[in-house]
Amino acid sequence: MAVKKHTVLPGFGLALGCTVLYLSLLVLIPIAGLLLRATSLSWMEFWEVVTSDRVLASFRISFLASLAAAGLNGVLGLVVAWVLVRYSFPLKGLVDGLVDLPFALPTAVAGISLTNLYSNSGWIGSRLEPLGIQVAYTPLGIVVALTFIGLPFVVRTLQPVLEDLDPEVEEAAASLGANRFQALRRVVIPSILPALLTGVALAFARAFGEYGSVVFISGNLPMRTEIAPLLIMTKLEQYDYAGATAIAVVMLLVSFSVLLFINLLTWWVRRGAARA
Amino acid sequence: MSIQVRDITKTFGAFTALRDVTLEVPPGDLLALLGPSGSGKTTLLRIISGLEVPDSGQVLVHGEDVTDQPLRDRRVGFVFQHYALFRHMTVFENVAFGLRVRPRAERPSKAEIRERVMRLLQLVQLEQLTHRYPSQLSGGQRQRVALARALAVEPKILLLDEPFGALDAKVRKELRTWLRRLHDEIHVTSVFVTHDQEEALEVADRVVIMNEGRIEQVGSPEEVYHHPKTPFVYNFLGNVNLFHSRVENGKAYLGNTLIEVPKTGIHDSREAKVFIRPHLLNIERSQNGRTAFGARILHLNPAGPMVKVELETEWGDNILVELSQDRYRTLGLRKEEYVYVSPKEFQVYAEDYSI
Repeated sequence: MAVKKHTVLPGFGLALGCTVLYLSLLVLIPIAGLLLRATSLSWMEFWEVVTSDRVLASFRISFLASLAAAGLNGVLGLVVAWVLVRYSFPLKGLVDGLVDLPFALPTAVAGISLTNLYSNSGWIGSRLEPLGIQVAYTPLGIVVALTFIGLPFVVRTLQPVLEDLDPEVEEAAASLGANRFQALRRVVIPSILPALLTGVALAFARAFGEYGSVVFISGNLPMRTEIAPLLIMTKLEQYDYAGATAIAVVMLLVSFSVLLFINLLTWWVRRGAARA
Repeated sequence: MSIQVRDITKTFGAFTALRDVTLEVPPGDLLALLGPSGSGKTTLLRIISGLEVPDSGQVLVHGEDVTDQPLRDRRVGFVFQHYALFRHMTVFENVAFGLRVRPRAERPSKAEIRERVMRLLQLVQLEQLTHRYPSQLSGGQRQRVALARALAVEPKILLLDEPFGALDAKVRKELRTWLRRLHDEIHVTSVFVTHDQEEALEVADRVVIMNEGRIEQVGSPEEVYHHPKTPFVYNFLGNVNLFHSRVENGKAYLGNTLIEVPKTGIHDSREAKVFIRPHLLNIERSQNGRTAFGARILHLNPAGPMVKVELETEWGDNILVELSQDRYRTLGLRKEEYVYVSPKEFQVYAEDYSI
């Protein structure tokens, strides 16, 4: 005899169907196609492409600049989120809205404006140059662009968690004799660490694949400021589709590994908190 | 240790939370700050703790002026209404926190911390739950963890903000009896805030009744309940019937019935208030020469230890009378019946003067 199952949330089958279809069309099938295309190369050829000096240099610059940008966003994003949650000040709504701007702005526009600002004749660049700091057309420029586009990820993941953090908890820590630093380190940071890590991971993933805003400010000097996504573009322009996909596959693996690592770390922090 | 509060005033923008409040808590006392919301009781508690800074006035603990001392140096145990436990720490770590954050020179050894935390957890009867997280505990258990955590730093004084406010009625009752016993055991000077008059009268050695940023009366539960100094206190401590009256020749009018105002000293007044508690009114079948007024029964509620009777007086006011179950059965009351109500005890306040 069939037992009829009742649930108060109807439409599970339909909703799951939509989810699978959507993910397949947008994510799984393109990635599968990418992998398939890469198989047109033999292992030897694949290895040769991805270990060539120019490609390795581009991976290094992409990876390190993204890491630096994500780390910087971790600190700056925390400060911005903290200010937006804890204090009230005039035009707070506007400042809050500004955080989303990097999401909305076409990345090329961001890239061109940043280049203008930071180039040697630019408003900021001309002031930094006498100090011996070059931003545009150096790896530092790449970090600036990647920090710009990654900021909203950290702020927006932290905000709800900080709002949820009762100020009474900090008052409790102070009444128990903790100084400000101890309250932050032992009470506030552990409560928000999982969200902070998630935000940093998202910022990193976004930065690693970023193209539009970087190509203007980086100067694209092979071996020095050429990022991996740009190299893919270059290969495509030379009709070297196999070579382009080979680089893409490596980028995919790196992104996936980093996301996996951060997720494991988040899980470990949560569990570590649950164990201590 | 004693607590003295001198001429404390505190405003939040245009709102005056406390006006010139002066209070003294003798060492070892368990004192209740009682009042409606917005009366300033929590603000006063937070000022004593150092969580809030007064606009003017002083706070002294054990004779020492601590008004400008930062919170973390005051060694004050503070228990928050919503517990404010550290949710990423176990029960044990929560209680140990105050000891762990001490400067190295004053910090007890690991073994000592362990021993002290376990002793406290035994005191609050949670030694079985040391490795649980706050989210795995019931409300009553969380509140006991918060208390153990506050006691771990060996506070000079213990302050509790609506400690049972977020708990259900049954746990509340258990926990307040337990708090009373705990206080008798450890004897640290304690102040707790509540808006529940029953809680204040049952638990505290002394009760401070606050209203609109001022102290209305300070006294033992018995004193404030039986000899309320102001109409507000009378009104706030338990159910009460209010009669608008006037006083002539030492007698007060309840409708057309004259009641003898017992003590002299109350002057004649056009406007007086007579307060009578529901259980201090009697219901009779006949007037029989007593001082009594007529009333019609509107509603009877016999559920509970006392029978609650709602009546409409001959001059049209609604009043509440509480009778014992015995008396209710003897009288055999029914809805819509006309009966006589006589006061056993009452309190008259004429203008600002009371008898």
